[in-house]
Amino acid sequence: MPRKPIELPKIESLSILDEDGNVDKALEPKIDKDTLKTMLRYMLLARRTDERMLLMQRQGRCGTFPQSSGHEAISMGSAIHLQKEDWHIPAYRELAGLLYRGWTIEQTLLYWNGFEEGARPPEGVNDLPVCVPIASQLLHAAGIGMGMRIKDQNNIVMTYFGDGASSEGDCHEALNFAAVYQAPVVFVCLNNQYAISVPLAKQMKNETIAQRAIAYGMPGIRVDGNDVLAVYVATQEAIARAKAGEGPTLIEGLTYRFTPHTTADDPKRYRSEEECNTWAKREPIARYKKYLIAKGVMTQADIDSMEAEIDAEIKQSVTKTETLMQSAELSNPLSMFDYLYNDMPPYLNEQREELKAELEKSKKGNKSEGQAAAGHH
Amino acid sequence: MPSINMAKAINLALFEAMDRDPSVVVMGEDVGPDEGVFRITEGLHKKFGDKRVIDTPLAESGIVGSAIGMAIYGLKPVCEIQFSGFDYYAFHQLECHASRFRNRTRGRVNVPLVMRAPYGGGIRALEHHSESREAIYAHTPGLKVVIPSGPRNARALLHSSIQDPDPVIYYEPKALYRLFKEDVPEKMETLPIGQAQVVQKGSELTIVSYGASLRACLEAAEMLQEEDGVKPEIIDLLTVSPLDATLVVESVKNTGRVMVVHEGPRTCGLGAEVVARINEAALLYLEAPIKRVTGFDTPIPYFSKERFYIPDADRILNAAREVLSF
Repeated sequence: MPRKPIELPKIESLSILDEDGNVDKALEPKIDKDTLKTMLRYMLLARRTDERMLLMQRQGRCGTFPQSSGHEAISMGSAIHLQKEDWHIPAYRELAGLLYRGWTIEQTLLYWNGFEEGARPPEGVNDLPVCVPIASQLLHAAGIGMGMRIKDQNNIVMTYFGDGASSEGDCHEALNFAAVYQAPVVFVCLNNQYAISVPLAKQMKNETIAQRAIAYGMPGIRVDGNDVLAVYVATQEAIARAKAGEGPTLIEGLTYRFTPHTTADDPKRYRSEEECNTWAKREPIARYKKYLIAKGVMTQADIDSMEAEIDAEIKQSVTKTETLMQSAELSNPLSMFDYLYNDMPPYLNEQREELKAELEKSKKGNKSEGQAAAGHH
Repeated sequence: MPSINMAKAINLALFEAMDRDPSVVVMGEDVGPDEGVFRITEGLHKKFGDKRVIDTPLAESGIVGSAIGMAIYGLKPVCEIQFSGFDYYAFHQLECHASRFRNRTRGRVNVPLVMRAPYGGGIRALEHHSESREAIYAHTPGLKVVIPSGPRNARALLHSSIQDPDPVIYYEPKALYRLFKEDVPEKMETLPIGQAQVVQKGSELTIVSYGASLRACLEAAEMLQEEDGVKPEIIDLLTVSPLDATLVVESVKNTGRVMVVHEGPRTCGLGAEVVARINEAALLYLEAPIKRVTGFDTPIPYFSKERFYIPDADRILNAAREVLSF
C-alpha cells in the first residue's frame, strides 16, 4: 500500500439570490407564487415578533430571550418543505419555522416569559419545543429518524443547531448515529459566526462546518444562509435523498447574528459595529422582497398590506397573552407538580399540599410573576 | 478594607491567584475578551492574555476533560461552566476521571482542578439556567463541593479551592452576585474547605443552610427574634462535601431543635444528609423532628413561578415555628 492521496468528496457552496436581490437564473428554483408569499409571510411574522419582543423585554414585559432576527431564511427555506408527519426539531433561533409549523406567537411569548405552557406543542403537531441545552436536540432528531426507519415510515426530520453547537460531543454523536443508521435527518446549521462572544475562528480550525459531513459519510453543503432560495434548494435535495433511503445531510447556512446573543448580551465587547453593520445589510428579508417584486409575485403595496396584517396579528397576540398570563390556570403555582410523572407519587402530592397550604396562609398571593411583576429586573 | 460584591470578590480571587501562581489558568466559554456572561473574569484576559485565559469552544465535557489533562500535567485549571444547568455534559469527566485519578493510581496522580459555575434561581433566568443540583456532586466520592454565601467567604474559599490538591466544584449562588457588598481584607486570605461557620450564635433552634438560602434564613431569623423573641443559631455549611457534621452536631446538642434549608430538591438533597448525620450522632438530644425547608422534588419552574419554589423567609419562619412549638 504505497503512499497516495485518498479521494474525498468535494464540498459545494450555493448562492442563488445575492444581497441586492438579483437572482441567478440558472439556479433559480421553480416555486409557486403562494409558497413564495408564504415564506415571506412567516419570515416577516418572525422578524416583527422578534422586534416586538425586544421592545417588550426593554419595558419589563418579557424575559431574557435569544433573538432570531437574521435567521429567517435558513429557518423558513427549510421548514417550508415539511409535511405534517415530518418533524421539526429546533434549537432556539428558528422562530419563522416554528410559527409556520403551527406554534403560536402566544406560545413564544409565554415561553420567554417564564411559562411552561409555551413549550407545549400545539395540537396536531409532532414537533419538539425549543431546546436550550446546546446541541442536545440533535440526538433526539437522530433517534426520531432511526425510528422512522424502524417503522418503515417515509418521513423526515429537520433539525437545527448553531456554529457553537458544532463543538459539542452531542453534535458529533448525532451526526454519526444518523449516518450509521442512514436516518432520514436533515441537519441544518445556522452558522451565525458567533457563539455568544466566541468567533468561528476560535470555535474550529476547519474552513466550513459543511466539510465535516465528509467525515461522517454524508453529503454536506454550505449555502448562503441569508438566501432563502439557496436554503430552499439545498434542503429540498436533502429531503429527496432522505426519502429515497439515502440517509442524512448536513447543510450549513452561513449567516450573521446582527443582534446580541440574548437581550442580556452586549456585542460591543467582542466585535466591531462596522462588521455588524456590513452583515446587517446582507440580511435575508430585504433581498427576498426585492426578488418577489422584480418577479412580479408581489407589489410593494401587497407587501405593505402583509406587514399591516402581521402587525395587527402580533398586537392581538400580545394582548391575548398578557391576559392569559394573569389567568387562574396559567398563574397557578401548583401546576409545577402536575406534569412531572404520569402518576404523581404520594410524596410529591404531599409537597403539592404543602405549597397549597402555604399559599392559602401567606400574603404573597398565588399569582405568577409574568409581565406584571417583571419591572424590577 | 474595600467593600465589594460577590461577583467582584470572585474576580479578585481569580486575579490574585493568577498573579501569584503562574500555573493557574482560567478556561471556559466567553471568559476571554467578553469577560464572562456575569463578568466574573473581568480584566483577566487583558492582564494575563490568551495563554492563561482561554476562550474554549462550546463544549462543557471538553472544558472539564481537557482541564483534567492540564491538572495532571501540573497546571491548576479553573474552569467556568457558564451555567450549572449545563455542567451535566461534563459530569462524566468529573465522575469517571477527576474524582477517581488519585484513588485509581494509588495516590500517584491527582487532579487539582476547580469547576466554577453559577447556580440557583432568583434572577428570572430562562429554562435550564436556575438549577440547584449540588447534591449530585456531593454524592460523587472524590469531589469536594464548596458554596460561598457572601463576598468575603467567596474570595477566601476560591483561594482554598484553587490551592486544594483535589478537584473542587465551586458553585456560585448567582442570585448573590450583586445583591450586597461586604468588606474584604486587603491581604488575600483562605478559609479551610470542610469547615462550617456559626454565623449567628443563638439558642432553642439551629438553622443549617448555605448559599443563597442563607440570606433567607437570616431574614427569617430576624423576624423570629422580633416577633417571637427567639434567636436561632445559624450555621453556614460553606462546604457541602465534605460536610462539617461536627459543628452541626455540637450546635444541635445545645439547642435540641434543628431545621435545614436549601433551594435544591428535597429527596436525597443536602438536607437529607444533614438529618442523617444528626440522627447518627445526636438523636437523643432532639426535642422535635428535624424539618427540611427545600425546593420541591420538581424541576425549578420557569421564572414566573420560581419564587414559589425557592424557600423564602416566610416559609422558613413558618417551619421554625412548627419546630419550636412541637
